[in-house]
Amino acid sequence: MSARIVHIAANTFREAVRDRVLYNLIAFAVLMSGAAILVGQISIDIERLVVVNLGLTAVSLFGMVIAIFIGIGLVSKEIEKRTLYTVLSRPVRRWEFIVGKFLGLAGTLVVNAFFMAIGVFAALLYVSHSFQATDGWVLVALYFIVLQFFIITALALLFSSFSSPLMAAVFAFALFVIGSFAEDLRGFAALTHGLTRWLATGAAYLVPNFSALNVISSVAHEQPVSGHLIILNTAYALVYTTMAISGAVLIFERRNLK
Amino acid sequence: MTYSRRVTLAAGGLLLVCIVASVLLLRGLDRMRSGATLEEVLYISSPKLLKRLSLGYDGLLADIYWTRAVQYFGGKHHDGAEHFDLLAPLLEITTTLDPHLTIAYEFGSNFLAPPPPNGAGVPERAVKLDEFGIRHNPEEWRLYYDLGFIYYLDMHDYANASAAFAQGSRIPNAHPFLKLLAALMAEHAGELQTARVLWTTTYQTTHDKSVRANAAAHLRALQVDQDVTTLERLAGLYRQRTGRMPADFAEMERAGLLRGNPVDPLGYAYKLMPDGRVEVRDPDDLPFIEKGLPPGYVPPKRLKFLPTD
Repeated sequence: MSARIVHIAANTFREAVRDRVLYNLIAFAVLMSGAAILVGQISIDIERLVVVNLGLTAVSLFGMVIAIFIGIGLVSKEIEKRTLYTVLSRPVRRWEFIVGKFLGLAGTLVVNAFFMAIGVFAALLYVSHSFQATDGWVLVALYFIVLQFFIITALALLFSSFSSPLMAAVFAFALFVIGSFAEDLRGFAALTHGLTRWLATGAAYLVPNFSALNVISSVAHEQPVSGHLIILNTAYALVYTTMAISGAVLIFERRNLK
Repeated sequence: MTYSRRVTLAAGGLLLVCIVASVLLLRGLDRMRSGATLEEVLYISSPKLLKRLSLGYDGLLADIYWTRAVQYFGGKHHDGAEHFDLLAPLLEITTTLDPHLTIAYEFGSNFLAPPPPNGAGVPERAVKLDEFGIRHNPEEWRLYYDLGFIYYLDMHDYANASAAFAQGSRIPNAHPFLKLLAALMAEHAGELQTARVLWTTTYQTTHDKSVRANAAAHLRALQVDQDVTTLERLAGLYRQRTGRMPADFAEMERAGLLRGNPVDPLGYAYKLMPDGRVEVRDPDDLPFIEKGLPPGYVPPKRLKFLPTD
């Protein structure tokens, strides 16, 4: 990887930390410890279920909010502050800037998710008093959540490369909601006919598929996740992320910054 | 070629490759996770809880669950399944989220009550679903009709069927057949006649394609059952007169017992067997028939509905 990309990524990470993005971990810690103590005292035989569901949902939502709200400003903020011109006046290619920005924010989210995962497992240990073999699937669910972060970060970056921060946030959030129902959307498309079917199916395949990446419920019920699903989801997330970043590069490369 | 142009071409090429790859991967995921959206029913089966979790967007969620119910039954029915365990919870969730989605009650009465493989075989839950629908939509005559339909066809409870049809017939704009059905139930009229009125009403009034196809297939089956009964009776009459079974329908026609070669509802000629039994050409084309079947006939697991239905 080009040293320039690494520098841009490191700077993006540093900037996110300086912007107190990781402060959300405090809120998360309070939420998890509060929930653990609460369900531990209520003791209705679903402590583990509640902790896994709540913990993983919180990891996902906190991360998504960060990915969208930081992601949409990655390009526009640099233009607004005019720092982009300083960066591009150096021997930095536009595509390197986009890829570096993506990697920086993705790295921030991975670090954030890592600390949150520690919180989830600490709460699990508190309510269950010991770890079980099935808790390993929680790690898989966390891995899928990180894959979702990659996709949404790439999409936020894509929208940020051609629209205002507000519109980029709206687009990214809308795609997150639609993508969560992607499998239903393909089901709807299958019920239609003719041209509508082609259009609906095309749209259904174009939106990100977050439903296959969400295994929170099954993991909370101690259901295993198949290796085949892990491979397919990994490949899909990487391909979709590359697709969105390619789109961002394509737009940013042609954009008139004067 | 400038560097920027090269980057544009590379990014464009990568974008296209990724679009194709993502579609292929999604198809793989769909094959692997067919029915995955139904897992939620297994985890959150309480309709009331789901209504609260929908945060007011219960209409949209009802539409999603309704689509899931249709896909679940359609897919499993197409595959020749014998169990439809999730159909009742899916329809209960759908109607709790949107109690005015009357098509869901109609679907439930047609496919929850009949025994497998034509339905889920849970008429009590079909009745419960329909009664829930009537409580929330007391002006919908169709729901009373559906309720009477279940009581008559699936539970053979003539008193309740008659009461349901009579109640429905008092609703403004109710289908005129409801009064007739109430009377037929009350007097315990011929099964064939009543069943024909029921399926004809369903066929004429439904907007759901699967319900209409089901009604059309039942109407054809009723016609075949009636034709075969009549033809076998006439063959017996011929034997009484001549002392032997007719060799074919032409002999019966010459004896003045028939007018023309009799055909089934699909237009194919019936077959007269040497022992006087009458058979249809291909029973697989006529699901639900009880007469005109060759000895030892086993119906296919996947019922055949005509595309014209």
